[in-house]
Amino acid sequence: MNKWRLIPLLFFVGLSLFLWRGLSLEPQKLPSAQIGRVLPAFSIPVLGAMGKTLTSDYLRGHVFLLTVWASWCSACVEEQVFLLQLAREGIAIYGLNYKDSPKAAQQWLHEWGNPFKQVGIDSNGRVAIDLGVYGAPETFLIDAKGVIRLRHVGILDEKTWKNDFVPYFKLTN
Amino acid sequence: MILYRILNLQISVGFFLFLLCSPITASSLYPFSQPKQEAQFKYLLKELRCLVCQNQDLADSNADLARDLRDEVYGLVKDGQSDHEIIDYLTKRYGDFILFKPPVKSVTALLWFGPALFLILGLLVFWRSIRQGHHDPNGGGS
Repeated sequence: MNKWRLIPLLFFVGLSLFLWRGLSLEPQKLPSAQIGRVLPAFSIPVLGAMGKTLTSDYLRGHVFLLTVWASWCSACVEEQVFLLQLAREGIAIYGLNYKDSPKAAQQWLHEWGNPFKQVGIDSNGRVAIDLGVYGAPETFLIDAKGVIRLRHVGILDEKTWKNDFVPYFKLTN
Repeated sequence: MILYRILNLQISVGFFLFLLCSPITASSLYPFSQPKQEAQFKYLLKELRCLVCQNQDLADSNADLARDLRDEVYGLVKDGQSDHEIIDYLTKRYGDFILFKPPVKSVTALLWFGPALFLILGLLVFWRSIRQGHHDPNGGGS
């Protein structure tokens, strides 16, 4: 009957392991409610092209990355070199310019390089709210059916790309 | 020296008054015609978490996103949407994390019912141990 007295000890060990694991989790990495959902509908002006609009319907039909960025976002500079490299490799990247002034955004792209096919202006952050964005940069992978497949919060680097994004491309090819 | 002290005191009093006043000015930024809607708005902001500064609610946070979401909630409340509809709108975009109180789901079952479960387990162990001690003081098997 001694086993009954072991239960609290085992329970304590289990709880300790569970909480110990929690220590190494990053609280900023939240599970996204968007994975598997269709890209929310939007129709926003295109940066640097007067009168043109970028719509979610226009983007349907091919796999692409949607990067949320802004010229005021200092972390965005850090992923820019990598995004340029991806664009050179032929990955379609569209930008969502989040709560920025078009002038500053264009100046920033001029300075740091432009990996985007097109950039939509989300001046009041409405599209970002629909996407569940809570900071810049954030990167979404959208498939040909317009469904959000992946979401990365923070700087997109080679490691994240290889671990999370490349397997998706391999699966579909 | 005395002048300096008085000045210093005035600054502290001023700062204290500023602290007292700030909640009042915050609510006048979001005017409501119906007190019921105002109460709903205040209640919702306390229930919703700021996603940038994660331990603050939307009412307290000064983050840019929190301000946008406050405006969003304000608009929805003015439209006459219910608490349920507004919370649904936000969790659809940001997930359950935006709620301070997690909803009862299969994933959160352990969180909600765990304490009761562990209490029962503890009582059971306690009861078995006591009975054991009473019957057999040497602790041998029965």
